[in-house]
Amino acid sequence: MSATAYVNARLLDPASGLDVTGGLLVEGGRIADLGPRLFAEGVPEGARRVDCTGHCLAPGLIDMRVQLREPGEEHKETIATAGQAAVVGGVTSVVALPNTEPVIDDVAGVEFVARRAREAKLVKVYTYAAATRRLEGKEITEIGLLAEFGARGFTDGLKAIANAQVMRRALSYARAFDQIIVQHPEEPALAGGVMNEGEIATRLGLEGVPAAAETIMVERDLRLVELTGGRYHAAHVSTAAAVEAIRRAKARGLAVTCDTAPHYFTLNETAVGDYRTFAKVSPPLRSEEDRQAIAEAVADGTIDAIASDHSPHDQEGKRLPFAIAEAGIAGLETLLPLSLALYHKGGIGLLDLLARLSARPAAILGLPGGRLSKGAPADMVLFDPEHPWLIDPDRFRSKSKNSPFDKHPVQGKVLATIVDGRPLYEAEA
Amino acid sequence: MTALGLRPHDPGFPQRHLLGIEGLSADEISFLLDLADSYVTLSRGEQKKTDLLRGRTVINLFFENSTRTRTSFELAGKRLGADVINMSVAWSSIKKGETLIDTAMTLNAMHPDVLVVRHPDSGAVKLLSEKVNGAIINAGDGSHEHPTQALLDALTIRRRKGRLEGLTVAICGDILHSRVARSNIHLLGTMGARVRLVAPPTLLPAAIERMGVEVFFDMRKALAGCDIVMMLRLQTERMHGSFVPSIREYFRFYGLDRDKLRAAKDDALIMHPGPMNRGVEIDSELADDIDRSLIREQVEMGVAVRMACLDVLTRRLRRNEGREDVS
Repeated sequence: MSATAYVNARLLDPASGLDVTGGLLVEGGRIADLGPRLFAEGVPEGARRVDCTGHCLAPGLIDMRVQLREPGEEHKETIATAGQAAVVGGVTSVVALPNTEPVIDDVAGVEFVARRAREAKLVKVYTYAAATRRLEGKEITEIGLLAEFGARGFTDGLKAIANAQVMRRALSYARAFDQIIVQHPEEPALAGGVMNEGEIATRLGLEGVPAAAETIMVERDLRLVELTGGRYHAAHVSTAAAVEAIRRAKARGLAVTCDTAPHYFTLNETAVGDYRTFAKVSPPLRSEEDRQAIAEAVADGTIDAIASDHSPHDQEGKRLPFAIAEAGIAGLETLLPLSLALYHKGGIGLLDLLARLSARPAAILGLPGGRLSKGAPADMVLFDPEHPWLIDPDRFRSKSKNSPFDKHPVQGKVLATIVDGRPLYEAEA
Repeated sequence: MTALGLRPHDPGFPQRHLLGIEGLSADEISFLLDLADSYVTLSRGEQKKTDLLRGRTVINLFFENSTRTRTSFELAGKRLGADVINMSVAWSSIKKGETLIDTAMTLNAMHPDVLVVRHPDSGAVKLLSEKVNGAIINAGDGSHEHPTQALLDALTIRRRKGRLEGLTVAICGDILHSRVARSNIHLLGTMGARVRLVAPPTLLPAAIERMGVEVFFDMRKALAGCDIVMMLRLQTERMHGSFVPSIREYFRFYGLDRDKLRAAKDDALIMHPGPMNRGVEIDSELADDIDRSLIREQVEMGVAVRMACLDVLTRRLRRNEGREDVS
C-alpha cells in the first residue's frame, strides 16, 4: 500500500500533549512520521497528498461501550452496520458488550465477533466477555482463556454483578490475568424504576430510580476493590454522588476508572418530557445538578472516558408505553459532536477532551490505538471542531435511529475516518 | 338548556382530548363542571335521554378491568344517544405493546368519534392519542391521571359545599400508586383548594410536596380542620409487608373511623373513588353514613361529568359537519 501525506493539519495527540500545525505521513497502515516541518521539502514522491486545510487530525475515537446486537438481534444492528455508524462518527475502535444472543461467555463467542469484524473490514472491533456465565451473576467465566482469545475485559453488560461474593471473586480472580471488571453500577433492588426518581417521575406516575441505586453499588464495589486489589471500571456514571465516591477512591490510589455517555452531560430528566421513550436510558437521565457534576468530572479527569453506550433499538422497542419501552440511545454517530459541546462551553481543553475519547479508554483496556505518534497504527479522525449542524437520526448509518437528539444543534463535524491507513469515510463536501 | 345547544363558537373547552387535569385552566374546569351540573338535572328528570350524539360512536377501550368506570361511561354515552361499544383487551407487559398500537390502528379504521381508554401503564393513553383521529378520554392510565374521577369529585364537593376555593381537602392512603390522587391534586390546586396528603412514607412518591401539597404521616393532624376527607383504595398485594406491614396496622393508623374523623370539621364529608376495602381504609358503617359519606353521590356525578366530557369533545366535530351541510 502506498504512502499518504496529510498536509496542513492541526495535529492533536492527547497522549503526548502535541497540538501543532504540520504534516503526517502514513505508510503501511502505520504513522511513519509527523511534525510541523515534516513536508517542508515537499511530500515524498508517490505519496498521495491529502490537504487537511487546517482541520484537526487526531487519534480515531475509541468507544469502549457499544452494543453490536450480533449475534442474535441483527434486525437492530450488525457488526457491519455498527461499523458504518462508527466511521461516520470518527470512531476507529469499538468494544462490544457481551449481552448478545447467545451471550459471549465462551471462547467461540469471542472468535465469532473477531471473524465477523474481519469480514466487515471496517473499524476495529473488540469485545468484552461476560463476567459470569449467561450473565446470571452466579458463576464466573473462564477469564484466563477468554483473555487469551482476545476478550478485553469482563462485564455482565446491562446487568450489575449484584452478588457481593461473586463480585469479590471476579475482581480477585481477574488479577491473575491482569483483567479489568466493568460494572453496570446499579443496585438492582433499587433500580426497578424507569426514570430518575423525583418530581417529574411523580407527576408522570412513573416509578423512579433513586441516585442512591448507583451510589450504593459504586461504594460497595470500591470496598471490594480495596479488599481484592482488583481492577475496576464503573460504566456510564450518571450521578454527582457516584462521581464523588470515585474521586475519593482515586485519591486513595485505588485502581479505579469510569466512563460516562454524552447524554449524561447533555440532557437531564426533563428530556423525558411527556413520556418520550427515546430519552429512556439505563441508568436514567438525572437531575440538572447531576448533569453538571458529570460535565465537571469529565473536565477534571475523575471520569476517564466518554463512551457512546450505543444501544440500537427498532421502532417496536420504543413505540411503547414508557414503562415497558426499551432503554438506550443509538449513540455512535453523535459521540464526537455531543462531546465537543463541553469544549465549546469552555469547561475542558480540546486535548483533554480527545484523551477521554481515545487515549484514556485505550489505556484502560490495553488497546493499541489512541495515539498520534511514530509507529502507532494509523487510526485517525479528521474533524472540523467548529462546523455547526443539526443532528438528524433519519440519516444515521446505524440500522436503528433511536436518538433523543433529533434537531439537536451541535458544533463539530467528522470529515474523514482512517483505520490502519485506509480512508473508510469521507464527509460530503 | 344551554348545555345541549349547538353554539357556533365555544371558547369553553378548546382541548381536543382529555388526557389529564394537569395543564387545564380554572376556567376550563369550571366550564366542564357547569355543563355537568346541567346533565345532573337531565339525568334526574323523566326523560333521561337526548339525541345530541346520535350517530356518533363511542368506544370504551379498557386494557384493565373496571366495571364501575366503564359502566359510567357507557351510560353517559347512551344518555347522549351515542352508539357505545365496549372493548376489553387482556394486557400483559410480556406481550409488549404491539397490542396497543395495533389495537389503536384497528379501531381507528372504524372511525370512532370518541375513544375512552383505560390502561395499566402511565402515558399509554397519551401514546394512543398520537395514533388515532378521534377524541380521546383518559379513563385512567397507570399511576398518572384519572381526569374524569377528579372532575366528578370536584362536582360532588361543589354541589355540597357550594365552592372549591378555600376548602381544605385531605387525600389519604396509597398516594404512590394513585392516579386519582394526582388528578385531584392538580384539580383542587388549580381551583384554589388546599390539599393535604396523609399516608405512611412508603406510600408517598418522591418530591410530592413540589406539587403544592402539605404532607402528613399522622392522620389526626392531617384531618384537623378539613372540609373533605378523600380516601383511596389500597390494593391487596400492597398490604402484606411490601408497602405496609399488615391490614390491621394500616387500619389502626390510616383507616378512617369515627374517632379519627372527629379531628376534621363537624360538617366534614367523606369521599372514596371505589371500590372500597371496608375495614382496611374505611370503617364500614362510616362509609354508609348518609350524613357524612358522599360515596353514592360520587357515582351519580360520574355519569354527569362523563356526559359533559363526551359533549364538549365532540362539539368541534359536530360543528364541522354543520358547516359541510351548509356548503
